[in-house]
Amino acid sequence: MTTPTPTLWSTEDMARRAAREIAAGSIVNLGIGLPTQVADYLPEGHASLHSENGLLGIGPFPYDGDEDPNLINAGKQTITVVPGGATFDSASSFAMIRGGHVDLAILGAMQVSAAGDLANWAVPGGKVMGIGGAMDLASGCRHVIAMMQHVTKKHEHKLVATCSYPLTAARVVSLVITDLGVFAPSGDGFRVVELAPGVTRDHAQACTGAPLA
Amino acid sequence: MTTIGRHGHKVVASVADALAPLENGMTILVGGFGLSGNPEALIRGVIERGVRDLTVVSNNAGNLGKGLALWLRAGIVRKVICSYIGTNEDLHTRMASGEVTVEITPQGTLAERMRAAGAGIPAFYTPTGVGTVVENGKDTKEFDGRRYLLERALRGDVALVRAHTADRFGNLRFWRTARNFNPVMAAAARLTIVECDHLVDTGALDPDDVHLSGIHVHRIVHVPEHENAFEYRTVRKRP
Repeated sequence: MTTPTPTLWSTEDMARRAAREIAAGSIVNLGIGLPTQVADYLPEGHASLHSENGLLGIGPFPYDGDEDPNLINAGKQTITVVPGGATFDSASSFAMIRGGHVDLAILGAMQVSAAGDLANWAVPGGKVMGIGGAMDLASGCRHVIAMMQHVTKKHEHKLVATCSYPLTAARVVSLVITDLGVFAPSGDGFRVVELAPGVTRDHAQACTGAPLA
Repeated sequence: MTTIGRHGHKVVASVADALAPLENGMTILVGGFGLSGNPEALIRGVIERGVRDLTVVSNNAGNLGKGLALWLRAGIVRKVICSYIGTNEDLHTRMASGEVTVEITPQGTLAERMRAAGAGIPAFYTPTGVGTVVENGKDTKEFDGRRYLLERALRGDVALVRAHTADRFGNLRFWRTARNFNPVMAAAARLTIVECDHLVDTGALDPDDVHLSGIHVHRIVHVPEHENAFEYRTVRKRP
C-alpha cells in the first residue's frame, strides 16, 4: 500500500486470528498455502485436520529424516499422522466433504462477494491451474472461511459486490480474514467484525468494493 | 467345456507381461495423487509397450517431469481428464499447443465418477460445481430445495494401480496417503493391473485388514523398488 500507514496484519497474525474461529473438537480442512499455517496456532488436540487426499488427523511436519513421500497433505507437503488418525481413499474423503461431515474449511481466495460467493481457482485470461478439491470443499463443508490479502498487488478490490473471476461456489463464505481485519459477507456488503490495529473504517472501506456496515 | 475365469492366476512375471493387453486409443485410469502412490514401473512400462493416442484419467497427470509427465513427454497421450494441473509444465505446454485435450473436473467429482462406474451407477447428482463453469452443459435438478448437477460415471479400459501389499488373489493394502485414487481406479476398469511393493501368499492378509478386495484386480506384478519422489519435502528440526 502506498497510503500511510495502518498496522496491517501479517500472514502470521491472520493465521492466528483464523485459528480463533476453530471450535474445540471440530473437523477442519485447511486449504493449500496461507490456510495451512493456521495449524501452527492450534493447541495440540484442539481440532482434527482433514486432508482431502485421504487423511483425518494431520500432525506436524516430520522430523528431518523421517519424511515419507507417500504421507503428504493436499499441497503435496510431507506430513505426519497424529495418534488416532486414519487414512482412506479419495472417494471416501470427498464423501466426508460432500456429505457435510467436515465442519469448517479455511480456504485461500482471490475474490469474495458480498453474497459470500467464492472465487479461488482461476484468473480470467490466466494459466489454468485446475480445480483440485476447491469446489468440493467450498460447497460441501458446513462452514467456509476465506483468507486473503485485502487488495491485489495492483490495489484492486478483492472483497467485491460481485465476483468477476470464475466462481468456486456461490453463497458459501461466512467470514473473510484479511490483512485489514475480519469481515462477514452480509448480502449487500460486508459487516466489519474486527479491524487490525490502526486500520480505520474509512481505510477499510476504500479498500473494499462493496459497502461496509 | 472348461472356461478359465478372470480370477485364476493373476501374478505375472514382468511389467511387460502385465501390460501386454494394452492397445492404442485406450482409456487408462491411473492411481496416485501428485507423485504419491504412483504405479511407477507400470507408467514406464506403458512407454516401452509402445501404445499411443491414450486417454488418461488421473488426478494430476504427473509433475516435475515425473509420473505421468513421462507419457506426455513421450507423446502418447491424446486426452487428459484430471482435477489439477498446477506446476505440471509438461501438461501446460501440450494443452497450450493443442497436442493434448484437457478436461478438468473437481477432484471429488472425479473420484465419484470412478466410484460410480465401479458400482454400476451410470450417473449421479452432486452439489459440487453448481453455479460455476462446471455446470455448463449439464442437467440440473432440485432436491429438497437445493440444486444439484448430473455427472456421468467414468469407466476405463485399463486401470494401473499401486499397492503396498498384494496377496496372490489381488487383495490389497495401501500405505498411508498413497491409497488416494487407487481403489476407485481399480474398480472402474475392465482390466486392472496392480504393481505391489510386497507380494504375499494368499491367506497372509487377515480378511478384516484388506483395503480392496481382489475382485477388482486382474493382474499383479511385484515391483520391490520405487523412486517415491518428493514434491515438497517439508520437515522440522529435531529438538
